[in-house]
Amino acid sequence: MSGAWPTIHFLVNGQSCAVRAPAMKRLLDVLREDLRLTGTKEGCGEGECGSCSVRMNGELVNSCLVPVLQAEGAEIETVEGLARNGELHPLQRAFLECGGAQCGICTPGMLMAATHLLARNPHPSLAEIREGLAGNLCRCTGFVRIFDSVIAAADSTEARADQAAHAR
Amino acid sequence: MRGDPEAHELIAPGTLAAVLALLTENPGQWTPIAGGTELMVAHAGGRLEMKKLVSLWGIAELRFVESRARSFVIGAGTTFGDLRAHAEMAAELPLIAKAASWIGAIANQNRATIGGNLVNGSPAADSSPALLAYDAEVELISGRGTRRVAYSDFHTGYKRNVLAADELMFAIHVPRRFVKHRQYLRKVGPRRAMAIAKVALGATALVEDGVVSEIRLAAASLAPFPTRLYQSEAAVLGRPVSAETIQAARNALLAEARPIDDIRSSAEYRRRVGANLLEEFLLALRREARP
Repeated sequence: MSGAWPTIHFLVNGQSCAVRAPAMKRLLDVLREDLRLTGTKEGCGEGECGSCSVRMNGELVNSCLVPVLQAEGAEIETVEGLARNGELHPLQRAFLECGGAQCGICTPGMLMAATHLLARNPHPSLAEIREGLAGNLCRCTGFVRIFDSVIAAADSTEARADQAAHAR
Repeated sequence: MRGDPEAHELIAPGTLAAVLALLTENPGQWTPIAGGTELMVAHAGGRLEMKKLVSLWGIAELRFVESRARSFVIGAGTTFGDLRAHAEMAAELPLIAKAASWIGAIANQNRATIGGNLVNGSPAADSSPALLAYDAEVELISGRGTRRVAYSDFHTGYKRNVLAADELMFAIHVPRRFVKHRQYLRKVGPRRAMAIAKVALGATALVEDGVVSEIRLAAASLAPFPTRLYQSEAAVLGRPVSAETIQAARNALLAEARPIDDIRSSAEYRRRVGANLLEEFLLALRREARP
């Protein structure tokens, strides 16, 4: 069947790529297997957990639910694109400083969802952070520290006032 | 077991005309796939039966919201994220934006389309109660032309609808005449995000001269497909919103609801919560109707 595979062109973290793959191959698998970008994780494979979150044309998506043919011509951003010139992204620094990562499986998805949230809403409230990350599950139950990390990176005074709610 | 990507053909003709030509030439053979939030889940589990898929993603002719004098027209390929972001429609028809916010979470809302939600036809479909309460129409398109059908007539059974083998859903028309209506939409599920409804109720109603002059009630997960609750409506229409009316409406809902037991809830729970939601709406309507 490989003779019938289409060649799909897209940008990943600013670099142009051409991949020959079955049209129904998941973007997640193309990133991990064909492009060796293994930062994007698979959790549930059903769009429930957010571990495979990437941005596609500026929209947060679950890469496990995107057939790669639908990524033709798209700009894809993965966790590997967050750090620049050896400098961690402010969200990555905040996750380190606030203990926002435990086992790490959810972390790339959390970082991409948080990146997407802050791109749309630079100073979110705690409720907005909760909604922005609602599709991302952490099985280490580290949600409070993950929210704290986003608040720290966003330097949101409104969210900081809400942080007292965590103590309850 | 995971699905094999090589077991399925997926093509992307890129334009509406090309997709319609494909469906005309091979009626019933190609399954449309838009944002993939339903079919790719089936694929992941090795349960995707359709071998030939045609992509609707990226077809701009299907992704629009048009503000007309007497209706909003929503392209079938419009995502729930698009619907949440449409401030004019959200202000006038708030139930649509509210239903859109129920879909999964942000990543799902950025891919899931309203046409996909309706054509998939889950009994629990999040967008259906709002569209039924707003008396929406759906516009279907094929190589033969277009036709409009009341959305309340679109579903004909569990995951069955009136689409012909060569037809696509093109748009949803929502009339702009509900500004003065009391509007209600509530979903009951295990958590706010990522949950499929145990039961949901949508409603619009108008009270004039002390009696209910217009009412539409619609439910998810109370029947094999999203449906209006016609007998419950009849129990209220033309009557004042009294305690007796509310009791009669509850009884009508309990009689006409046909929920099922499944992993998400029991039929009995769905029936009772459905009646409670109806009562909550009617109590709000009564408070508003009082001078």
